[in-house]
This record gives sequence, structure tokens and C-alpha cells, in this order.
Amino acid sequence: MDILRFTTAGSVDDGKSTLIGRLLYDSKSIFEDQLAAVEESSKRRGDAVVNLALLTDGLKAEREQGITIDVAYRYFATPRRKFIIADTPGHIQYTRNMVTGASTANLAIILVDARKGVIEQTKRHSFIADLLRIQHVVVAVNKMDLVDYDQVVYDRIVEEYKAFASRLDNLVEITTIPISALNGDNVVDKSDRMPWYQGPSLLYHLETVYVGGEHNHVDARFPVQWVIRPLSNEWHDFRGYAGRVAGGVFKPGDDVTVLPSGFATKVKEVYADGQTLPEAFAPQSVTLTLATEIDISRGDMIVKANNPPEVTQDIEAMICWFSQTPMAERGKYILRHTTRETQAIIKDVRYLVDINTLHKVTGSQSCAMNDIACVSLRTATPLIADSYQRNRITGSFVLIHPGTNETVAAGMIR
Amino acid sequence: MPDYNLSHLDQLEAEAIYVLRETAAQFARPALLFSGGKDSIVMAHLARKAFWPARIPFPLVHIDTGHNFSETMTYRDDFVARLGAELVVGSVQASIDSGRVVEEKGPNASRNKLQTVTLLDTIAENRYDACLGGGRRDEEKARAKERFFSHRDDFGQWDPKNQRPELWNIFNGRKHEGEHFRVFPLSNFTEMDVWLYIQRENIPLPSLYFSHEREVFERAGGLLAVTDFVAVQPGENVERRVVRFRTIGDATCTGAVESTAATIEDIIAEVAASRQTERGTRTDDKRSETAMEDRKREGYF
Repeated sequence: MDILRFTTAGSVDDGKSTLIGRLLYDSKSIFEDQLAAVEESSKRRGDAVVNLALLTDGLKAEREQGITIDVAYRYFATPRRKFIIADTPGHIQYTRNMVTGASTANLAIILVDARKGVIEQTKRHSFIADLLRIQHVVVAVNKMDLVDYDQVVYDRIVEEYKAFASRLDNLVEITTIPISALNGDNVVDKSDRMPWYQGPSLLYHLETVYVGGEHNHVDARFPVQWVIRPLSNEWHDFRGYAGRVAGGVFKPGDDVTVLPSGFATKVKEVYADGQTLPEAFAPQSVTLTLATEIDISRGDMIVKANNPPEVTQDIEAMICWFSQTPMAERGKYILRHTTRETQAIIKDVRYLVDINTLHKVTGSQSCAMNDIACVSLRTATPLIADSYQRNRITGSFVLIHPGTNETVAAGMIR
Repeated sequence: MPDYNLSHLDQLEAEAIYVLRETAAQFARPALLFSGGKDSIVMAHLARKAFWPARIPFPLVHIDTGHNFSETMTYRDDFVARLGAELVVGSVQASIDSGRVVEEKGPNASRNKLQTVTLLDTIAENRYDACLGGGRRDEEKARAKERFFSHRDDFGQWDPKNQRPELWNIFNGRKHEGEHFRVFPLSNFTEMDVWLYIQRENIPLPSLYFSHEREVFERAGGLLAVTDFVAVQPGENVERRVVRFRTIGDATCTGAVESTAATIEDIIAEVAASRQTERGTRTDDKRSETAMEDRKREGYF
């Protein structure tokens, strides 16, 4: 059994909560006491039917206002897979939540209301999925029951979506499925109301989509998190570098380089919990020992000599601005990247992206909340980085406001 | 090319170890909150792995309500000794004696809520800047919104509407003086994952989790154990039944379930077939619709 992490996006009444409710309910992940609590709350609120959204809207403010404010994480499992859902709100002002949910997702489900077709929100969600390089997108055309399960309606929406998606760069695989979350058509089981649809049910697709290639297993990257020095009698000379493999494969005997110093050495052993391993790969957490004693600390990166990352103070990145306080012109922020932290100055806002038209808009040197922009940055100390396209872990960073300590932006290196 | 796929337990383990190491690296005085329940046991087990062959570089902190099952205390002392870790105990009784908190009255009196004050005092006294907790997002609807690194203000309060976005595997542990973090390495584990992991790693557990015979009585639809800390009311019928506990907390608010599950395998089969959540046995969550959020806002675990 492995894990599929997916995010769900849709606008306010697309039936997202109903769909999640159905996946959880049909996979027996909703328990009787949870359902009883939701029924009780629905009754007290005066809802006409049991409001499955209350399962996911856990915060008081959300329940009061009937909206989802924050990303909620949901879990369910089938014999084939464990699933982690990042359930993100559909409101326009919460782009930052979708970016957050998408950052760890292998797959995105984008809900389209069959009556409305492809709308601005659909395009916005697809753009974000593309920007965050989610490899698999499922367009779930929902509420097919309200259009009489009509193939013509579905085909038109699929065509419209594909025409739009052809302008996006990175989406590797787009799957379209006609569903009715309310009635359960094509959610868990294939529906006999749409014999014209030959593809799998949504759950079957989620269970079988291949996600083994999500990590980069070619370019070896090991950001050092913590240095282990037991200083005990038994382990007197042990000096291990603890971290999580961010890419590639490390084996005993491999020639490696430590960045930024540039020292060359060999991997001696790969340890995990007292055992030596023949190799380590992403996303394993292990401890490496090296053949020679060199000065290495947190923030350094152990890489293989043949295909090193860039060591640079100048980067160009796509960022999503999260903070209510707009970006300061030529502002200085703290930049956190892998296990390093440094200062960064925004040298230039090259353009903002209008995510409805995908047009580049130039002229502004600032960014407001939910803006997506291409910026150039200069850092106080070098970053050891790849492009986000090459490696999601070594290609991503966040910006932190030095005064408030808030995370103000997420960035993807170009 | 070989298939570099990790099983779901391996992925969860790698993530938890990464978070534990990140906590040790980003904070000056972290601590691991240890209750003697299965989640904190698994967390401590992962901490041992994360820093092997060195010792766990932070103490285990137990907030002791004084209303523990004796089995929990025996287990705690053995476990800590085997780990070679430092144990710090924060005592709710001491908070009551010094007048910091007032004991609840009535038959449903519990020290569960009082723990928050003792916890925050223990954090302040020892100047802990990060407390690792075994909370999981699948446990409860407010917990579903938690971050791995969860910020607490000067008063130990959680502000769920204003949480820091958490992206990729980058954790922002920056804070001002007096603030601290709660860190949840098991965020993505479910109850089933915890049991499967305990089975795989062969982790010994307190005997309370396994089926045994004990004196219990029914209250508010659940089964409470007869202990020195709970007053049986007139009309409540004490009887011996075969039970076990799905969660272990304070004896005044942790209910038992009837069960014959005597091994980890039995428990896994039982959890798989269960139609009730594990916190369904916790009366502390049932005090209101948002009981957990309310307590967490104040600084609860």
C-alpha cells in the first residue's frame, strides 16, 4: 500500500464537500458518532438535509459563517491505497490555501458544475495546479444528474477545458470524469446512467493512477538537517549527517561533493535506526557517514559530483503572495530554502500573472495578497538550488517577514 | 530503473523523523509531551530513531493529572528508563495546591481542562520553545486544521483563523520572545496507521490497551472504570466486564469499550471494523460542539 495525496478545488457550490463526504462515507471512513454529531449540528442550524460540509468545516467561525476558511486534511484508505485529501476552500480570496494544499499534492481534482461549464474559477484552479506542477489533474464534471446525464453537455465541457489546458505548460495528465457526487454516479462505482462513458470511476482512478515518478531519482541531493555526534564510549568517533533525501540515490562508496564548500569525499555508510542500508532515495529520512572528516553543518548539501545543483545568490522565481500586507518595494525578507535560512531582497517584480487570462502584466513593483508574480531576488548567502521543474524540494522556498515572522510568500525557482 | 516506491508506513515514518529533526534544529529548548498513550509512545519511538545512535536531544514531559491509571505510570517509568531519556513531570495536583487552578466539582469533575494551566506553567518554567505532541489530524475536526508547526502566542493560545501557511516540507518556526510552538510529527497518521506501525515495529504498550476484566459502570452512554477519582452515583450500576481502552487519558474522562481484543492483531481487526471514532470514548470532547477547538485555543495539547 502506498499514499496518494490529492487536493480538491471547486467554486462555492460545485459540490466539493458532498464529493468528499461521499468518498469518506462510501469508504467507511465516516464514523457513526461523527455522523450523529453532524446530524445534530445540522438540525440545530435548521438545515433541511444533513450538511456533510460540517464534517470538514471544523472551526467555529467556519460553522457560523457556513464557509471553509482553512485547508483541512482528511484521510481515508482502501485496500489499495492510503489517501490524504487537502480540502481547500473555493473562495477567490483564498488562493493561498489552494497553493498550500497543492504544494504537497500528487493529484488535483477540479470540480466543474455541468450546468455552468468551465468558468473563471476552473481556469484559476488549473493554473495553480500547473504552477505547482501537480502531475495529474482530474476534471470531475459534477451534477450530471441535473443535465439528464447528457453526453453532449459533458463532451462540450471536456472540449472547452482541453482547449484552455493546452495553454498550460506542465500538466502531465488530464483525466475527465462525469459524476454526480450527490447520487454517487461514477464516484466509487461505475454508473449505469451514463453508458456512453467508457472510463473508470473516480475512486478507481485515484486507486490506480501511477505516482511512483513524483520524486526526482536522478539528481542526488541531501540537505543536511542535523549533525549526530553521540560522544558516547560506544560511538566515540561517530559523526553522522541526518536528513531527508531530496533527490537521487545514495549508496556506500558513492563519490559526493559537499556544498557550498566544494569538498569531495565518499559515502561511507547509510544508516536508518541502527541498521545499514544498501541505498537511500527520496523521501527517506536517513543518516549518512562520510569517508573523510570535514566540517559540515545544517544547511549544507551533500550531492553527487556529476550533476550538481546551482550555487547562486541571484534567483528568478514565481511567487504567490500570501500576506494581507503587500510586498514592500525592494523589500527585504527572510528566505527559507531546504534546511537553509538567509536574507533576500526583492530586486525586481518582472511581471504579475493575470490568472484569468494567463497574461503577463508589467509595471507594478509590488504584490498584494493572492497575487502571482515573477520576481528576481538576491540573497545574502548562496542558495544550493535546482529549478522547481527539476526538483520540487530543492526548487521551492518561502519568504518570511522579519518583523512579524509570518510566512508572506511561497516561491518556485525558475 | 528500479522502483523507488515507499510503503505508506515508510512514508509516514520518514515524514515524522524529518519533523522531529527539524524541531531539534530550529528550536533552542524543545520538549516531547509524553502522556503514556499510544500516540506519544510512537512519537518517542520515532524520536529515538531520528537521533540514533545519540540520545534524544530533549526531555520527555508528562503533565500528570494525578488521576492516572496505575498501569500508565508503571509503563511510563519503564519506558523512560529503557530510552535513557530525561523525564520532567508537571503536576496538576501542585497547580491545585498552589491555587493556580480550582478543582471542578460534581460527579463529572475532571482535571482534563485544568491540565492546560499546568502545561503552560511547565512550558514557562522550563522555557520550552517547542513542544512535540502526538496529536493527529484524523482525531478531531479542529485538529484537522492543525499545522505540523503550530504557533502559540504569549499566552499559549492558538489562533486557528490566522495560521501560517505550510508548504512543501518547509517549516517556519520563527517566533518572538515568550511565544512557543506545538509540533505534531504524527499529523498524517490515522488511528489505523498508528496500530499498523506499532505492530510492524513491535512496540510494547501499556496493558490497558488490551482486553481485561475490570469494574466499570455506565455514564452518558459510555463505560467508565471504577477508580479512586470517580464517584459512582446512586443508580449507577457497577459490574465486572471484559473491556479495553482505545485511548488513554485521565481516568475521569477516558471511557472503556467492551472488547475481547487481546493482541495487536485483534485490535487492528477491531479498529478496522469499528463504526465509532476512538475519541467517541472521551467525555472531554463532548462538552460542546467545539470543545476541542475551545481548549486548543486556550493552550491545550
